[in-house]
Amino acid sequence: MSNVLVVAEHLNQSLKKSSLHALEAARQIAARTGGKVYGLVVGSGVGEIAKDLARHGADEVLVADDARVEHALAETWSKVIEKAAREVSATYVVAPAGSQAKDVLPRVAVRLEAGMASDVIGFGGEGAELTFRRPMWAGSVIAEVEVTTPVKVLTVRPTEFPQAQAGAEAPVRALDLPDLGTPRTQFVEFRQVKSARPELTEARIVVSGGRGTKGDFSPVEALADELGAAVGATRAVVDAGWMPNDLQVGQTGKTVAPELYIALGISGAIQHVAGMKGSKVIVAINKDPDAPIFQIADYGLVGDLFQLAPELQKALAAAKG
Amino acid sequence: MGRIAFGATEENVKILCGVKRVEDPDQKIKVNSDGSWIVLDGINYKPNPYDEIAVEEALRIKEAQGQGEVVVVSIGTEESVTEMRHAMAMGADRGILVKTADRVDSDAAARILAKIVERENPDLVILGRQAVDSDQAQTAQLLAEYLGWGQATFAAKFESLESDEEKAKKPGLQVADGKVRVIREIDGGLEVVDVQLPAVVSTELRLNLPRYASLPGIMKAKKKPVEELTPADLGVDTAPKVKVRKLSSPPERKAGIIVPDVATLVEKLRNEAKVI
Repeated sequence: MSNVLVVAEHLNQSLKKSSLHALEAARQIAARTGGKVYGLVVGSGVGEIAKDLARHGADEVLVADDARVEHALAETWSKVIEKAAREVSATYVVAPAGSQAKDVLPRVAVRLEAGMASDVIGFGGEGAELTFRRPMWAGSVIAEVEVTTPVKVLTVRPTEFPQAQAGAEAPVRALDLPDLGTPRTQFVEFRQVKSARPELTEARIVVSGGRGTKGDFSPVEALADELGAAVGATRAVVDAGWMPNDLQVGQTGKTVAPELYIALGISGAIQHVAGMKGSKVIVAINKDPDAPIFQIADYGLVGDLFQLAPELQKALAAAKG
Repeated sequence: MGRIAFGATEENVKILCGVKRVEDPDQKIKVNSDGSWIVLDGINYKPNPYDEIAVEEALRIKEAQGQGEVVVVSIGTEESVTEMRHAMAMGADRGILVKTADRVDSDAAARILAKIVERENPDLVILGRQAVDSDQAQTAQLLAEYLGWGQATFAAKFESLESDEEKAKKPGLQVADGKVRVIREIDGGLEVVDVQLPAVVSTELRLNLPRYASLPGIMKAKKKPVEELTPADLGVDTAPKVKVRKLSSPPERKAGIIVPDVATLVEKLRNEAKVI
């Protein structure tokens, strides 16, 4: 029997949807290994978050609710996750592939003498012997990998697994903190990007801008607002300081898979495409007819985004009105 | 937030950086016919771009201090010397090549680096956040745990890469009073942490723009010492914890159509794609 421990991601006192996608991945693993699915929520004042997770199909949820683990510092969180994994005899530790798990989980892997696969997009193998499919070389290649250690640590791409549905409420129990020692890392501050728009990774529609915006994101934002969409950006845009890092889509930014992705003034570098090619429908507007983005776009429109994006926005508004 | 000068204890700062030889990320990577690896014919190699950012940052810290040493470590085949020489042409002082017949996994790389750290005793280890071949993004964190050190992953800075601070080549990492202050790019924004030295830091794209190697730098690099070791010399078993069984190509998106105008686009999105 192989139990699975899912480490939840949360922000601003609420469970991030990515956690429910990871929970579904955990259930898929448990269905093959015959094990149970345990949830884990670490933080301060996170009791309600644990209850929320418990309503989505975990067998039990552990909660480490303590001011000493308020901030997700890898040094301390890894000790808490290790303890939880040992308590529930987890042979799999799974978390959504966001910056938090990427920071913390490798340390957990060392503590559990486990191998770790990052950004898992699916499972292969036979029966209880799972292999893991994950992108390499910016998604140009999909590798099927085997983790040879008894315990396996994974981050999973939320876009590749459906969201776990609400079900019967599982019990929640407190996890006592292990000895945290004297941490060598100190949290100083968090400068959060606040936006009224939908979260990039959870939006049904994403409108992204690239270098072609020349730093003027107003047409991108106006079109996004007309569609109730999230705003995304390319690396060049973030490097230039035009938009915050939290909006970067790509190999090292976020991976998105909305129903509709509208790329404005984006050439289509491999590193950007790696983060959005799972979108259901891709629209590209670019004045360069040879831009590589047109090779993956379902609908391409050649021309100036400063003219075409407002025109598209007006057409959509008129159709609605 | 002002830059703080080094404290007396870090006057002679020693920084270790990893440099991995990887396939040039701007070329097309294809799977070979039996799916055992990628097609290697005609492939160009480069230092991992995130590692160049690590080397650049180490050099800036050393330059801001006026003295110190930057040591680069590469794990891989003999050919990796080329990428290490590039780092030395940028200004790194010397190199250590840990020769392996093939690529090692992130865990083996971290255990090799941990042994090098024990020999070299650096104040700071700066690694790229991920290598653009395996894309695992684990080595820095694994190393920090093996060493029992603090870590700060995804290091960036508040100022953009087009800012005056960047043009003045100021370090983004602030080392003072036995600590390094790191601005981290995380989901939702920027986090600031202080980590006690010695520490491990991994670099994000927005930490700096790496310098080009100058011609005199390239000439000098040829004479800089490179020590060669093997994992066996360090007592490290490189048997993988993560084994690649097979590679395949991702499903191709089929090319779409070019529409003549906005009205056609709206019509297609509504009636054909049905997404609005």
